[in-house]
Amino acid sequence: MKLSTHQYRTLAEVLLKTKPDEITCDEWLDQVAVFAEQIAASRPIPAELQPLVDHVNICPECAEELDALVAALHATE
Amino acid sequence: MTRWTNPEWLERLRGEGPAADEAARELRRILRGSLKKSIGFRPGVDDERIDDFVQDACLQIMTSLERFRGDSQFTTWAIAIAIRVSFSEMRRARWRDVSLDHLTESAGTDTLADSAAESPENAPISAEDSETRRVILSELQDVIARELTDRQRFLISGELSGVPQAELCARLGINRNALHKLGHDARQKLKKRLIERGISVEEIRGAFSLADGS
Repeated sequence: MKLSTHQYRTLAEVLLKTKPDEITCDEWLDQVAVFAEQIAASRPIPAELQPLVDHVNICPECAEELDALVAALHATE
Repeated sequence: MTRWTNPEWLERLRGEGPAADEAARELRRILRGSLKKSIGFRPGVDDERIDDFVQDACLQIMTSLERFRGDSQFTTWAIAIAIRVSFSEMRRARWRDVSLDHLTESAGTDTLADSAAESPENAPISAEDSETRRVILSELQDVIARELTDRQRFLISGELSGVPQAELCARLGINRNALHKLGHDARQKLKKRLIERGISVEEIRGAFSLADGS
């Protein structure tokens, strides 16, 4: 397994964000609707949704999907 | 946008007859409109492709109604699933025929030296940070080589190469939850080693020129 310096840098960045208790992508999907509604309405994110914030910090795919969901909500306002 | 309350959506979609058909049509209309606005501008995404995404999403939504928590609009939850389905299919289509053999190749003997000599993101770092980075790279390589499984190495390498999770799941024959656990366990082992070596968060940030929020 050969990694570039850039990849090691990304790995180090992800390790800093790694926590013992993380939600999975499916658990994130179960809860993302209310999270996206908060963001689309520019409302503060409640503490109970912090695990979703943590998840998008380490999961670029869910982050990309969140952006698309918020865009869809903005478009229907 | 929401035509019915959440309980009305669920009741109609779980029912039969004209009311159920009407709800299914309305759901497809909402999903189609939302996907057009959120991903319709992407290359290769046309009306036909969006209709395929909507159809696949509706199947998943109808078999997942019990997972809806009711703390959001039903339609927001349904759009989130449609977006997951769409992105998963788009990502897989890009990688389906790409060989991932290189992910399992062993490291060359010069990898560590090259990595330590380069400066990430072209940022100038001190001699002390450079030495810390050499130690970190050495520790990470050791854990990767000795403590991670072949599947964890494949996953870490794949993720760092931008291979989508759906494709990694397909190649490993596991679902997305299992993939997350596999990766999380690997990250925990790597992080544990750095902590055991007494390397602080600040030292890691300095060694890789990472921002404070990292």
